[in-house]
This record gives sequence, C-alpha cells and structure tokens, in this order.
Amino acid sequence: MTTGITVRVDSDKCQGHARCSALAPELFLLDEFGNAREARSGCVPAELVDKAYMARANCPEEAIIVESEDLV
Amino acid sequence: MARVPVADWSSDWDHLDPAWVVDPYPIWQQLRETCPVAHTTRYRGVYFPTRYGDIRDVAYDPERFSSRRVVIREGDYRVNSPPITSDPPEHRPMRMALIPPFTPQAVAKLEPQTRILCNELIDRIIGQRHCDAAVDYAQHIPVRLIAHMLGIPAEQGDQFRTWIKMALQDGITNQAALKQAEEEISAYFAEQITKRRGDGPGDDLVSFLIKARLPDGEPFSDRQVLGALRLLLVAGIDTTWSAIGSSIWHLATHPGDRERLVREPDLIPGAIEEFLRAYAPVTMAREVVEDGELGGCPMRKGEMVLLSFPSANRDPEKFSDAGEVRIDRKENPHVAFGLGIHRCIGSNLARMEMRVALEEWLKRIPDFELDSTRPMTWSEGTVRGPRLLPITIAPR
Repeated sequence: MTTGITVRVDSDKCQGHARCSALAPELFLLDEFGNAREARSGCVPAELVDKAYMARANCPEEAIIVESEDLV
Repeated sequence: MARVPVADWSSDWDHLDPAWVVDPYPIWQQLRETCPVAHTTRYRGVYFPTRYGDIRDVAYDPERFSSRRVVIREGDYRVNSPPITSDPPEHRPMRMALIPPFTPQAVAKLEPQTRILCNELIDRIIGQRHCDAAVDYAQHIPVRLIAHMLGIPAEQGDQFRTWIKMALQDGITNQAALKQAEEEISAYFAEQITKRRGDGPGDDLVSFLIKARLPDGEPFSDRQVLGALRLLLVAGIDTTWSAIGSSIWHLATHPGDRERLVREPDLIPGAIEEFLRAYAPVTMAREVVEDGELGGCPMRKGEMVLLSFPSANRDPEKFSDAGEVRIDRKENPHVAFGLGIHRCIGSNLARMEMRVALEEWLKRIPDFELDSTRPMTWSEGTVRGPRLLPITIAPR
C-alpha cells in the first residue's frame, strides 16, 4: 500500500554512520563507501512508516528527510 | 606526576585532574548551565565547549577549527596522521581510499572470528569467582581482531597496547614517550610493509593499503601506508576496549539492566548505542585558525578546542533524561563517533565488536557484579574507559 510518504538521504550531510540502514534496512542501502541512499525510490509502505521516522530520529547528521505528499 | 589542583573548572579546567578522570559528568553539567564554553590556560590555552550545539558547530567548521592538531598535549611535538590530522581538500581522497575495509558489509565478514576470540577469552574466565573484565577480557578483543586484520600474530597485542598508552595517555605530558611510541610503531610497520612487498601481498589490511589507490589512481606512498597503519592501530584499540569495558562496568553496577539484556538479547544493539551515548570514550580536539567566537565566548587563534563528543551526548537540550542510561532509548542520534567529515572510520567495526563482546559474555556469564573490595580505575586523556574492572561472578 502506498502512503505518499517518502524518505530521502541528503548526500551532502550523510557521513556514513549507517544508523539508518541498521534500523530500517528495507528503506536504506549503503554504497561501496558506506554512505546511505534510498531503497525503493524512497517510497515508504505503510508497515515501514515507523521505521522511516526512527531512522530520521537516529541520524546524527540529520541527513534523512521524511516527506509526506499531504503536506506539499 | 602530581598536577596543580584545579582552582576553577570554568577558567582552569584540566582533563587530567583526578575528579574529571573518575567522574567528569557533574563537572560538565555544571559548566553547561553556568559557563558553556570553559577555558584553561593549561596546555597553552584550550577552550572547552560543553553544549551539543557548540560542539556540533566546531565539528562542522573545519575552516575555522583545523584538525592539524587533534590531541591536547603539553609541548610542541606534532603527530601527522592523515586523514585524521588533515583538513579539506587534502582530507577526502585519503579518507575515501581507507573506507572500504570498514563498511558494514566488510565488517560483517569479521564477525565469526570476533565471536571465536571472545569465546577463547571467556574460556579462561569461566569457572572462576573473580576476574577483571577489562584486563582479562575487554582489552584483548580489539587488539586480537586488529592483529587478525593486519595478518600479524595475536601475541603482538601487549606491545600494541603499550605503544598506544605511551602515545595517547603518557604522551599528553611526556613528549619523549610519545616520540618513542611513534618511532617504534613506525619501525614495526615498516618491517611489515617490506615483508608484504617481498612475499607478495595477501588479503590483510597491510596488503590492502599497499594495493590501495587514491581517487587519482596513484598508490599510497610508503609514508602514507605507514601513517595509515599507525592511525588504525592507535585509533582502533584503546577506543573499542574502553567502550566494551564501560558497557560491562554499567552492567556490573546496574543489575536490572543486566538481567534485562540476558532475558532480551534483541535489546543489545540498542543498549550499545545508549552505552556509546552515555559513556562515549573518545574526545578529540581542534586548533583555532582565526580569532572569532563560539557560543558567545571570544576565541583566540592558535589555541585549541577540546571537542567533547561525550559532553554533547549528555546535553539535556538534545537528549531527554540525558544523565540517565536507558537501554531501550528509541531516539538516540548520539555523536560518540563524531560528526561531519571526520566521522570515525571504524564505527561499524567498533559496533560489531561491542555487540559480539556483550552477546557472548552475557550468554556465558549472565550474573556478575562489581567487586568493590578491589580497586577500579579509569584511563585519562583522549580515551576514557575502565582500566581495572574487578568483578565477582555468581556460580551457575
């Protein structure tokens, strides 16, 4: 089910702490340098919404953006 | 060596003062509330921001706060260990070249070996009523794993720890010890490099560095390989050993948390993040490049800044119940591994070592407590963790 919620990694801020991929491996992948990028084009299914917010809350660099279509 | 007692923490702090070494947190809390950027004229002038926001601002501003000196020391002796002592633009190429062996994917391959070596250490403890969790357990884990990664005998571990203590702890006040450690580590690794070149490189870390290429395609010079090895050794051992030791110290003094992790081992990864927040072992430093101000405090060029990630982690403005250890804390963007371009390159390795060390320990030694009849000590200086951690183990 689509939720209209997406996640995005700000690659200028990401320093490869890898907290997001540890907490929400379904939503975040790591490149060969350990920096994060979105899986599933950033689309967050209903069952992973909590994980998306948890990943954002645990990023030390504040590099994760959670966006909701409703708010745009 | 006896030190001059601290007259006032806001204008004369000393991170080698016994009160700071034993329990720095109340000192930092008081400063955060009354004088958030403290200063000392010791070590030829060092600022000490205590609030999360100010510490973040320093970490994010390498133009104003240089990494050419990253340790507070007495004396002039400089250690050059790129990329930790580099600023942009030199910093990035070297860092990128060093990253691949330390990604979560690469580190996962070391987990079975880590489990084996933790159990070898526990085999020698099990059945005893008393042991020292720092001396008999924590201190051996990163040393043996790094030896494994470097492709050198595990017995070198004691020598490594001696060098690191000389560099990181004794070296703050004793330049001769620092210089001697640098020279001996360099001589040791120079020999390893020559050996790999002669025998043909294998799949160890020394060989990786010999084969590594900078983004422009150039190989590392021997000097760069040596510098990187020295850095990995010094940065990867005391730090992780301290983090494992502090975690065990917490569990030895908080039976409720210990019992909960034994019962619910799935909580261990989150608990480790909380131990990293509350007992962050590493404090770096920066050099002030130009006159300016931070958090309302004027700063003079040429002085240093103590960059206390441990203090940032205890700021109640950033973390609720910052002074309390909550092993099931959900929102924990702690900065134990730093912030910005110098984020600890070994963070994934350290986390894996901490997790495996606690999992294996709690599986086989679930019931233990601090032995208050014997001395317990903390290291001082750049890295904080238990150095003597006597515990009593309940018979099973």
